[in-house]
Amino acid sequence: MNFIKQFIALATVSLAFNAAHAADEAPDALVKRISSDVLNTAKNDKAIQAGDTKKVIDLVETKILPYVDFQRMTSLAAGRFWRDASPDQQKALTEQFRQLLVFTYSGALSQVKDQTVEFKPLRADPTDTDVEVRSQVNQSGGEPIPLNYRVAKGPQGWKIYDINVLGAWLVETYKGTFASEISKGGIDGLIKALTEKNKKLAAKPLNTAAPKK
Amino acid sequence: MSRTVKQFRHAALALGVTALLAGCAGPNPRDPYEGYNRAMFNFNDKVDEYALKPVATGYKNITPSFVQTGVGNFFGNLGDAWTAVNQFLQGKAEDGMTDVTRFALNSTLGILGLFDIASEAGLPKHKEDFGQTLGTWGVNSGPYLVLPLLGPSTVRDTVALPVDITGDIWRYKDPTWIRNTGTVLRVVDTRARLLDASSLLEDAALDRYEFLRDGYLQRRESQIHPDADYAPRKVEKDDTAETSAPVSSEPAAKELNSGTPAAKPDSQ
Repeated sequence: MNFIKQFIALATVSLAFNAAHAADEAPDALVKRISSDVLNTAKNDKAIQAGDTKKVIDLVETKILPYVDFQRMTSLAAGRFWRDASPDQQKALTEQFRQLLVFTYSGALSQVKDQTVEFKPLRADPTDTDVEVRSQVNQSGGEPIPLNYRVAKGPQGWKIYDINVLGAWLVETYKGTFASEISKGGIDGLIKALTEKNKKLAAKPLNTAAPKK
Repeated sequence: MSRTVKQFRHAALALGVTALLAGCAGPNPRDPYEGYNRAMFNFNDKVDEYALKPVATGYKNITPSFVQTGVGNFFGNLGDAWTAVNQFLQGKAEDGMTDVTRFALNSTLGILGLFDIASEAGLPKHKEDFGQTLGTWGVNSGPYLVLPLLGPSTVRDTVALPVDITGDIWRYKDPTWIRNTGTVLRVVDTRARLLDASSLLEDAALDRYEFLRDGYLQRRESQIHPDADYAPRKVEKDDTAETSAPVSSEPAAKELNSGTPAAKPDSQ
C-alpha cells in the first residue's frame, strides 16, 4: 500500500513538473514536441494505421487538445458575430467546432505514412507572446507541404489558436462559411449545421480512402 | 497542336463572357460570379463523381505503388522545367538553378525522370506557374473563377493558362496517341494522389464550394507572397482584443473553458 501511495505522490509531482515545464517551454519547442510525439504514435500504432477511429480520436484528444485554444479559434472564425452570441451559444458553437476539427484532424492523422516534419527557425523575440511556428511536411513524390501554427501565450502557457495548411489559415477558411451560415439561420443555424455535420461524421468510419497494400 | 491552344483560347474567352453574363453580386467581394462558379463547381463535381474518381480509385488500388511513384515522378520532372522558367521570370535565380539541376539530374541519372533522385540529394521540388509569375509582377488575381474540368482558378490565372499549356513539354510529344494516353494517365494519377485530400475536404467543410474557394484563394496568395501573411494578422489581433478578452473575464466563459478539454493542463 505504501508503495502505491508513494507511486501516486511521485506521479503527481512529475505531472506537476511537466505542466510547469510546459509553461516555460519555447513555443516552437512545444509544437515540435507535440508534433513528433503524435506522428510517432500514429506511424507506429497498427490500430491507427488500420483506421481505428476511436484510437485516433483518443490520440488527438489526449496529446493535442490540451494545447489548443478552441474558444479563441471559434471566436476568431465567428468574427464580429461572436459578440452577438449569448454565452450559451458561444459554448455550444465552440464545442461543435471543436468536434468537427477533431474529426477532421483525426482523418488527416490516419493518412500519415512516410511523411517527415521539418521545423524552420523561429523568427520572434523572446518577449513575444504571439508567434508563428513554421514547419513543412516532406513527402516522397511531391513538393513539401507548408504547415504553420499561430501560438499565443496565455495564463495556461502557450496554446495553438490557428493552423495553416498549404498556405491557407484554418480560421480564415472557416470565416466565410461561418458568416454565410449565420446570415442564413443566425448563430443557432450555424450551431445546428455543425451539429448535423458532426453526427454524420460520427456515424461514418474515418479513413474512407484507406490504403491497400 | 496550335489547334489545342486555339481551342483553349476560345474556351477561355467564352468562359470570360459567360462569367460576365452570369455575374450576380454575391456576398463575397472576391467571388462576384458565384452563381456561375457554383454551377460549374457542381458540374465538375458530377464529372468527378461518375468518371474521374472511380477511375482514379481503381488506378490507386490496382497499380503497384512503384508504378504510381514513377508516373508521378515522370510528369513531375517535365513540370520542373517549366517551373524553372517561371523562377527565372520571377527573378528567383537561385531557385531556378535548383530546378534546372533537378531537371538535368532526374532526366539523366533518374532515367527520364522516373526516379526523383534530386529530392533525395537535397534539392527540394518547387512548383511555379505563369499565374504566379504574373502575380509576382504585380498583376492582381481578380475574381475567383471555377473552370470547366480544371476547377478552382482566378481571372489572372485563367489568362495565364494558355502560356502554361504552351510551356508544358508533354504537349509536344509525338505520336499523338502516346501523347493522349500520357495525358489521360497524368490526369488519373494526379486525381489518385488527391483522393485522401478530397475525402478530408468532404469531412471538414460545411459547404465544400465555399471552403475550397476560401482555401484556394489564400493558398495562391501565399504561393506568390510566402512571407506576407503577417499583414492580415494585425487586424485579427485587434479583433481578438475586442472580442475574446472581455469575454474571457466573464464567469460564463470560464465555465466554457472548464467544459472543454482545452483546459486540461489545469487539472494535471
